[in-house]
Amino acid sequence: MTQAMTQPATAGEDLAIEVKGMHKWYGDFHVLKDINLNVKRRERIIICGPSGCGKSTLIRCLNRLEVHQRGEIWIDGIELNDDLKHIEKIRRDIGMVFQQFNLFPHLTVMENCCLAPIWVLKKPRREAEETAMHYLERVKIPDQADKYPGQLSGGQQQRVAIARSLCMNPNIMLFDEPTSALDPEMIKEVLDVMVDLANEGMTMLCVTHEMGFAKTVADRVIFMDSGEIIEENDPESFFSNPQSDRTKLFLSQIL
Amino acid sequence: MSVHTPHPDLPPPSTSVGIIGWARKNLFSSPLNSVLTLGALYLVVRFLPPVINWAILDANWAGSTRDACTDGGACWVFVKVRLTQFMFGFYPADQYWRVILAFGLLGVLIAWLLIEKTPKKSWVAAFTILVYPIIAFVLFYGGLGLPVVETNKWGGLMLTLILATIGMFFALPFGIILALGRRSSMPIPRALSVVFIELWRGVPLITVLFMSSVMLPLFMPEDLRIDKLVRALVGISLFQSAYMAEVIRGGLQALPKGQSEAADALGLSYWQAMFLVILPQALKTVIPGIVNTFIELFKDTTLVLIIGLMDLLSIVQSAFADPKWLGFSVEGYVFAGLVYWIFCFSMSRYSQHLERKLHTGHKR
Repeated sequence: MTQAMTQPATAGEDLAIEVKGMHKWYGDFHVLKDINLNVKRRERIIICGPSGCGKSTLIRCLNRLEVHQRGEIWIDGIELNDDLKHIEKIRRDIGMVFQQFNLFPHLTVMENCCLAPIWVLKKPRREAEETAMHYLERVKIPDQADKYPGQLSGGQQQRVAIARSLCMNPNIMLFDEPTSALDPEMIKEVLDVMVDLANEGMTMLCVTHEMGFAKTVADRVIFMDSGEIIEENDPESFFSNPQSDRTKLFLSQIL
Repeated sequence: MSVHTPHPDLPPPSTSVGIIGWARKNLFSSPLNSVLTLGALYLVVRFLPPVINWAILDANWAGSTRDACTDGGACWVFVKVRLTQFMFGFYPADQYWRVILAFGLLGVLIAWLLIEKTPKKSWVAAFTILVYPIIAFVLFYGGLGLPVVETNKWGGLMLTLILATIGMFFALPFGIILALGRRSSMPIPRALSVVFIELWRGVPLITVLFMSSVMLPLFMPEDLRIDKLVRALVGISLFQSAYMAEVIRGGLQALPKGQSEAADALGLSYWQAMFLVILPQALKTVIPGIVNTFIELFKDTTLVLIIGLMDLLSIVQSAFADPKWLGFSVEGYVFAGLVYWIFCFSMSRYSQHLERKLHTGHKR
C-alpha cells in the first residue's frame, strides 16, 4: 500500500499530475471520456473549450471536488482514490481558485488566509499571519487585511482567494475560470498576479477564456469539446495552426 | 483632449429630508396611506387614554386586601399580595435566596457572554455549560447540606424560566445535529434524522406532554419513577429540537455550495469545515428563525399546565379561585402577559442587535 502510494505509475519522469483513461458520468450523462493528461512539474497548462465541454469538471476531479468513476489520477505520486488520507494529502498539495472567489464572508481577509494553515497545517497563529501578510503583499492588497470580503471589489476578492490558496504552500494551482465573474477593468489585476505566479515556476492548470493570457504564459494549450480532449499543443501552433475543424471553429468565434 | 471634471455632489431636495420629508415618505405617501395614518391616529386617541387610566392613573397600588381597591381602576394589590407566589410557586419562603442566587448567577454569566469585550469568554462559556448546571441543580433541588425541595413545590416564573432555559439549552445543539444528519449523505443518519423530525413535528406539543405524564408511566416498571418535571423537559426539548433542525436546515441550504467546496479544497476536514465555515454562516442567516423558535418555546411552556405543573400562567390562574380575591382575573392576565412580553421582547431585540453586529458586507 505505502509502496503504491509513493511510486508513480510511470517512474522516471517527474510528473506533477498524471491522468490515465479517466471517465466520469453525471447520472447517465458521460461528462468526461477517456481523459489522458500528463503535467510536468512547473508546466503551465491552459484548458479551453465551449461551455459544458467538461473543462471545469476535469480540474475539479483533480482535487476530488468531483469523483471520477473510471481510470486513474496520480498527483505527485499519490493516487487519488477513496482513501481519505490520500485525498487529504492531495488537497494540501493543490490550491484552487474559483470563478465565484468563494471567500468566507464571515471572516476578515486575514482570517480567510490563516484558517487552513492554522487548522490543517497546525501552524502557530503568529507564523500563519506572517505568511498570510507575505502573500497579501504579493497580490498587492496588504492594506485590506482587516476588511471583510464583502467590502472589497471583485478583483480584490479574487486576489485574496489566490493569496489564501498560496498560504497553504501548494505545489500545484488550479484556476477555474478565475476572471469570468469580473468586470473588464478588474481582469487585468488578477491576470497580473497569475502571470507573476507563472513566472515563479508554479505548476498551473487554468481553465480560462483569456486567450491573451494563454499566449503569454502557457506551455501547452488543451482544447476540449463534449468531454474529450480534442487537441493539445504549444500556444503558438495552437493559435496559428489548429489541427481539427472543431478547434478552428472555436477559435474563429472567440478571437 | 478635454479633461473630464466630475460634477460636485448636490444636497438632496429639502422636501425629502427632515420631519416633513419623513412624514411625507412614511405617513402620507399615497391617499390610502393617508387614510390609514388618520385612522390609526383616531384609534390611538380613542382607546389609549382609557387603558392608561385603568392601568395607571386610576389604579390601586397600596393596601393588602381587596377593600383597598376603591378607585375603579386596576387593582394591582392582588398582584402585589400574590407576587412571591407568582415568582416562586410553593418554594419554601426561607429558601427563596437559593432561586435568586441561581438566576442571578445565570444572569451574570449570560451578560458576560453577550456583552462585547469582556475577558476570558471561552472560560466563562465552558463554566456556563459544564459547571453551572451542577450548581443550579444543587441550588434549586438541594443536596450538599441544602435541604431538598421537591420539584412539585417549584412553580411560577421560576418554573417557566427553568423549563425555557433548559429547553433552549438542549434544543439548539440537538437541532444542529439533526439538521446535519438530515443533510448527510450517509443513509442511516439521514433516515434517523428524517424520522425523528417528522415524528415530532407531526404531533402537537400538548399531546407530547400528555403522553409523557400519563402514558409513559404505564409502560415503565413500577419502581422506576422519573420526575414529572424531567419528563416534561425531555418532551419540550425533543419537540423543539425538531423545529430547530428545520430552521437550521434552511440556513444550511441557503449557503452557496462554493463555501463547502472552498473549505474542501483548502483541506479542511468535514467537522472543521462545519464548525469554522458552514455553521457560523448558516446560523447567522437563520438568527430570526432561531429566536422565533426560542420565543415559541418560551410561550409553549404554558402548556405544562395540563400535566399539573404550576408555571407562571397556571399559578396566576389558580389564584383567581381564592375566595378572598374573586373577580381580579383581568389584572392577573395583564400581569402574566406583561411578564411574558418582557422576556420575549428582550429576546427579539437582542436578536436584532446580533444580526447587525454580525453583518459583514456593505453597510446600507
